[in-house]
Amino acid sequence: MFKLGLIVNPIAGMGGSVGLKGTDGTETLQMALQRGAVPSSPKRAAFVLEKLSSISDKFQLITCPGIMGEDIAKKCDIACEVLKMDVTDNTKPDHTRQAAGMLLQENVNLLLFVGGDGTARDLAAVVGEKHLCLGVPAGVKIHSSVFALSPSYAAEITGGLIRGRKARSRLAEVMDIDEDAFRAGEVKASLFGYLLVPGVERGLQVLKAGSPASESVRQQAIASYFVEEMNNDYLYLVGPGTTTRELLRKIGCEGTLLGVDALKGDQLIGEDLNENECLALIESFSGSGIRIVVTPIGGQGFIFGRGNQQLSPRVISKVGRDGIMILSTPGKLQALQGRPFRLDTGDPILDIKLTGFYRVYTGYRESTYYRVEN
Amino acid sequence: MESAAYKDNKNFHQARWEEPVIFELSTPGERGIFLPTIEPEIEELAGDVFDQMPEGVIRADLPALPEMAQMRVLKHYLHLSQENLGADFNVDIGQGTCTMKYSPKINEHFVRSPKVADLHPLQDEKTMQGTLEILYQTEQFLKSISGLDRFTLQPGGGSQAILAIVSIIRAWVDAKGLADTKDEIITTIFSHPSNCAVAKVKGFKVITIYADPVTGRPDFQAFKEAVSERTAALLITNPEDIGIYNEHIQDFTDLVHAHGGLCSYDQANANGILGITRAKEANFDICFFNIHKSFSSPHGCGGPGSGVVGVKEHLIDYLPVPLISYDQRNERYYLDYDVPNSVGKIKDFYGIVPAIIRAYAWIMSLGARGLLEVARVSVLNNNYVMQKLLQMRGITAPYADGEKRIEQVRFSFEKLKEETGCGFSDVQRRICDFACHIWSSHEPFIIPEPFTIEPTESYSKKELDQYLSAIEQIIEEAYTDPDLVKKAPHNSVIHHVAEHEYLDDPELWAITWRMYQKKYDGYFIRIGVK
Repeated sequence: MFKLGLIVNPIAGMGGSVGLKGTDGTETLQMALQRGAVPSSPKRAAFVLEKLSSISDKFQLITCPGIMGEDIAKKCDIACEVLKMDVTDNTKPDHTRQAAGMLLQENVNLLLFVGGDGTARDLAAVVGEKHLCLGVPAGVKIHSSVFALSPSYAAEITGGLIRGRKARSRLAEVMDIDEDAFRAGEVKASLFGYLLVPGVERGLQVLKAGSPASESVRQQAIASYFVEEMNNDYLYLVGPGTTTRELLRKIGCEGTLLGVDALKGDQLIGEDLNENECLALIESFSGSGIRIVVTPIGGQGFIFGRGNQQLSPRVISKVGRDGIMILSTPGKLQALQGRPFRLDTGDPILDIKLTGFYRVYTGYRESTYYRVEN
Repeated sequence: MESAAYKDNKNFHQARWEEPVIFELSTPGERGIFLPTIEPEIEELAGDVFDQMPEGVIRADLPALPEMAQMRVLKHYLHLSQENLGADFNVDIGQGTCTMKYSPKINEHFVRSPKVADLHPLQDEKTMQGTLEILYQTEQFLKSISGLDRFTLQPGGGSQAILAIVSIIRAWVDAKGLADTKDEIITTIFSHPSNCAVAKVKGFKVITIYADPVTGRPDFQAFKEAVSERTAALLITNPEDIGIYNEHIQDFTDLVHAHGGLCSYDQANANGILGITRAKEANFDICFFNIHKSFSSPHGCGGPGSGVVGVKEHLIDYLPVPLISYDQRNERYYLDYDVPNSVGKIKDFYGIVPAIIRAYAWIMSLGARGLLEVARVSVLNNNYVMQKLLQMRGITAPYADGEKRIEQVRFSFEKLKEETGCGFSDVQRRICDFACHIWSSHEPFIIPEPFTIEPTESYSKKELDQYLSAIEQIIEEAYTDPDLVKKAPHNSVIHHVAEHEYLDDPELWAITWRMYQKKYDGYFIRIGVK
């Protein structure tokens, strides 16, 4: 029988309703409660479980005690097995992490979690890239692409999996921003890892009759094109992301999913470089050209400043605008629904200089010209 | 007084036969025809006829055919025919992009006449002057409709027409000695995917221009970045499948010409602009029409199709052979193979004759004014339906807010999905209960929960209202009783249709090994991954 794991972060989203832009940290939660915040995630979890109640005989629900799942399941009249862990009213990130670890031991087919970016981050720290997860959006910040578009979509995707639908899966970004900076009006999102999610684009239509190509096949196609056009006398600084990782795999190296790697032609000459290491490589390079290879990170289409801060304004300035190469699957472009790629290098003047159109590799011998705005 | 029959089809129920596949109906020994026994005198005279046949042509085993009486075979296929919603059954405006117009039955009568049906494509041209004359005259009509100088009627559908076009572009690039410099073809995201596919088959790199998120037209700024000396050609549709006309199309063609490239106009969506704009005036070098959809013959398994390709004077020498020409001195039509740089044959013989005859009859019956009227009525019908649909909850028409459309609109049920949980596929299944349908091909799926409506000129206001009434009721149900919609269809042949994802995934649906390879391994091999 299908084993469905459920983690509800009962405090996710509370800060948002009272203008706190997040609920990370005990003090913020206290402040949210003082301002009269009421939990929203239990309602969203209940919405999903109610939608699944008609097929409750087809899955076994395993969840956390009390407000982290058990109470909601009971309210929805769905039998559940409860993890043996202590949960008090003051839940903390440790509870999410502990529950995720225990659910993996139970070999759940899908780990459904209700929360926000912070919850996704806690999961990513424990789950790794091999277990299927899906987020039900309930947090203040939803920068990660591991969430369904709405609880309704989450129920539909989960119901499909329970009924035996074989979905392709894909690695999706877990992003989070620094809440203290965000409250001060500054957005600094970072890439914290990846979770394996069902292969639907946040509840949008998947590509239908036209193409049998999955996202990963598209990434391989882009890599094939890129390698075909590669210049062995160039230095390539390859940014993080699953699309750029495919490029590294194509030439036979694993690379760093979350970091910046360097290639001279098709030879790996540096891994997981920080800003200074990038600069040092550029300074010492004697070949004929330097390229920065990036892919948009997260659902918002950032090519710089989200998850690849190693490619700093200084690094980008040294390479120059013409040295920037962008790889993106059509799925990522389509998810933007016409919105441009964005950048936030940390240097507003550089951001303005870098705006405009760029050639974007989208498949094997396929490209487009796409707008980048700051 | 309005007829109640037009109001709705809410009591519709489709025929539902528990019809097995034909092989399961087989009974050993049952026959449709018993051949007469050979009379002894004949047998004595002729001997054993099998003795005189070469060994290789005699079957070792009996063919694996179902053994059935004629009457049961007839019933089998009639049962199956009742289990679908053909173009002649329903208000077929939900098959947007296919231009599902009425194909007059008298045209069917013409093509089924023995004078046409019994023709053999290899018979001497002297014995088929009438057919060649129809082909020749149809070409003259198409020249007039497009303003271009010569047409091939050979391709057997839209994608084959695109294959002919890119073959011509390839031959032109090679003949001009530009193969090393002109290796890119530009197309747009809302153009048919065959443009991109064929360009790659012919060795070009492809640049795809996305739509401006506000206007819906191809982004001209991005286009300007893309055009260069490497540009061999532009392949573009106008209006694109979202129904928005790009009034600046000549800026696009002028820019490509300034860089020495060719411009090809995909006129698969010609229905709303017949007699209004032409390829010539927009400075195109090449164009094609799907005469199986815009000019009578039904689209979508009602074919076979016919995609006709026209070119300007400077590209005539590259057209496929044979062309259909007229010898004035001898007053005869003939198959003309005298095309110096011809790309050769795109398809056997010289065209899909039944489709061309239907188009000929259709154009002759309407005349030039009639074609213009077709365009005007199809645009009017479309904008009427659009206004009505946009008044309903949960429906939006992305791009070009407040603007009218040409002959079709790509709408979105995203709002309905967000508010009720019922999306496009739910409405698609539910509308079968009202004897209507919406089809599901809306590549490239940029618009979420998409559906494309193309009313054409064939439907009356009452029929359009009937369709709108079905949509209106389904939306009401989505807000008040979403399960009714989600569990649909209730009155159809089968209860639930597999999601497309099942059909796309070779691991889930590949009924032959060849299909599996084509869907999966073939793809990997082609892109050089394996």
